[in-house]
Amino acid sequence: MTTKVAIIGSGNIGSDLMLKIQRYSSELEVGMLVGIDPDSDGLARARALGVPTTHAGIDGLVQSDGFDDIAVFFDATSAKAHARHDAVARETGRPIVDLTPAALGPGVVPVANLDAHLDAPNVNMVTCGGQATIPIVWAVAQVAPVRYGEIIASISSRSAGPGTRANIDEFTVTTANGIEAIGGAAKGKAIIILNPAEPPLIMRDTVHAFFEGDDTEAVEASIRSTVEAVQAYVPGYRMVQRPVFEACFGDAAIRQPDGTVWQGTRVSVFLEVEGNGDYLPPYAGNLDIMTAAALRVGERIAAARGDA
Amino acid sequence: MNDKVIIQDVTLRDGMHAIGHQYTVDQMVSIARALDAAKVDLIEVSHGDGLNGNSFNYGFSRHTEAEYLEAVSDVLEHAGLAALLLPGIGTIEDMRAAKDLGVTTIRIATHCTEADISAQHVAAAREMDLDVACFLMMAHQIPTAQLVEQAQKMESYGAHCVYVTDSAGALLMDETRERITAFRETLGCQVGFHNHNNLGLGVANTVIAIEAGAHRVDGSLAGMGAGAGNCALEVLIAVLERMDVDTGVELYPLLDAADQLVRPLQSRPVQTDGNALMMGYAGVYSSFLLHTERAASRFGVDPRDILVELGRRRMVGGQEDMIVDVALDLAEGRVTTDTDA
Repeated sequence: MTTKVAIIGSGNIGSDLMLKIQRYSSELEVGMLVGIDPDSDGLARARALGVPTTHAGIDGLVQSDGFDDIAVFFDATSAKAHARHDAVARETGRPIVDLTPAALGPGVVPVANLDAHLDAPNVNMVTCGGQATIPIVWAVAQVAPVRYGEIIASISSRSAGPGTRANIDEFTVTTANGIEAIGGAAKGKAIIILNPAEPPLIMRDTVHAFFEGDDTEAVEASIRSTVEAVQAYVPGYRMVQRPVFEACFGDAAIRQPDGTVWQGTRVSVFLEVEGNGDYLPPYAGNLDIMTAAALRVGERIAAARGDA
Repeated sequence: MNDKVIIQDVTLRDGMHAIGHQYTVDQMVSIARALDAAKVDLIEVSHGDGLNGNSFNYGFSRHTEAEYLEAVSDVLEHAGLAALLLPGIGTIEDMRAAKDLGVTTIRIATHCTEADISAQHVAAAREMDLDVACFLMMAHQIPTAQLVEQAQKMESYGAHCVYVTDSAGALLMDETRERITAFRETLGCQVGFHNHNNLGLGVANTVIAIEAGAHRVDGSLAGMGAGAGNCALEVLIAVLERMDVDTGVELYPLLDAADQLVRPLQSRPVQTDGNALMMGYAGVYSSFLLHTERAASRFGVDPRDILVELGRRRMVGGQEDMIVDVALDLAEGRVTTDTDA
């Protein structure tokens, strides 16, 4: 038996998540796609697939005949709209998986910390860059203390919507916080670059982690197994280079601007995220990894609640 | 041409690239004092990649941003203090901290096609009552009409000035004139020009920009900046004097500062040598230079092959991580080069 879910938001993310659930999930079923524009492409796609829809927003969802069967919400709208959706989810007792930058609930990266938050009323999917890079920082932190984790996410200009563009600081701050809280680095830093090249470039992410000691074998093994674990829910996720290690001891220690000196090893990991091409084109790996990870989170939450 | 061109020095910001962000506070202070005494209008101090640029990707500076800004702010009597911010690297909080340390002009830089990611920062800067200049970087990559559209967006967000920023030092002379002229014809705000000397056109293109009506131009002492360096400030001022353009900036103190304070710091000469020239030729972001030379020697590949491949992949400012990626692809035979063929 499948668990019925509602996707709030019929834009790119909501539509892609709908297609992923319908195509790949044996555990979830889209009970309703919730929009506010009856003419949106997402709602039209849903109707063509036989998925129930409403264009009356969350009120339309709650008042619909099938609402009693809906067990989980996904929010693919905006941080601003999320506050209300979160309130309705709490009132009606549905867990909500938040794909907006609102970050009201704990951030989750499936491979790293999902188990700890399966019963949370609200979980947040961090950022696209966070979903791609926090697993690597976490992988290093499993075998060595990580003093610092830095990520550079490069996405194609076409895949950055108006919400992302108007709130670049939210990306850098939320991702840096996730590198610390979820990845386990003592300090995190995130950089995002938009590249307008045509044809659009596939999402690239680089992770630099500085760890104590020099056990490069253990670190590399942990990174490789974590990449495989992410591939289980994001098929287009891959390392494009071998991890590059740099011993930073003695004269090669890293001197920080505040005068502290870091002794240890730096590892650099070069990643590429190719999207599955469900609703969004393959270059938009940044959007794909959000929906793919959210699908995994929704499945696990449903299973933990015994709905599935 | 405007009655008074605003002269902005970038020795202490763009110049950071040329020495891996390693100025001492004392070096910064003595250079700032000299620029101030020479009556330069604005002096920019930041990590080369802007506020909060400290990172493995771009390099860690010798001192904290706060130490640099505070020390320079203390000695300025004439010039205004400026800082650079790249949305995606620095944040509004970094800008607020810089303002508290004495910054009065903020320069907000985006890639030439991505003006809209600056809206949030420009609005915040205006609320903080800062003078706001916006950069459209890598301005050679798109046609003038498209660049104008992006500039109009920045003006609409509240910029006091929008710059044609030739980050790769790749603009030809007619291309510079065309862009500045178009900005002057379409924008109500001021127009600026910032460039690099990779094709040997640093001073020449800046003079063209002034002739075409630029209100603000950038230069640095002895060209101290990324790639082949910026428009050399002392050379620009000498040329402008010969043209009878009054900038209010005094030439001899600049010559002394360039020769005595700055040139001795250029451990890797800042000049249009082969690698720096290739950046202008291939249209590559100038601050990639030192990172590329380091990766080339570490992985045993030709730096020119890295630069050409970066240009081919259309990498933009900030993508320094892709330098090692390209170097590994070259070293391990995953891309072929002109020299292989």
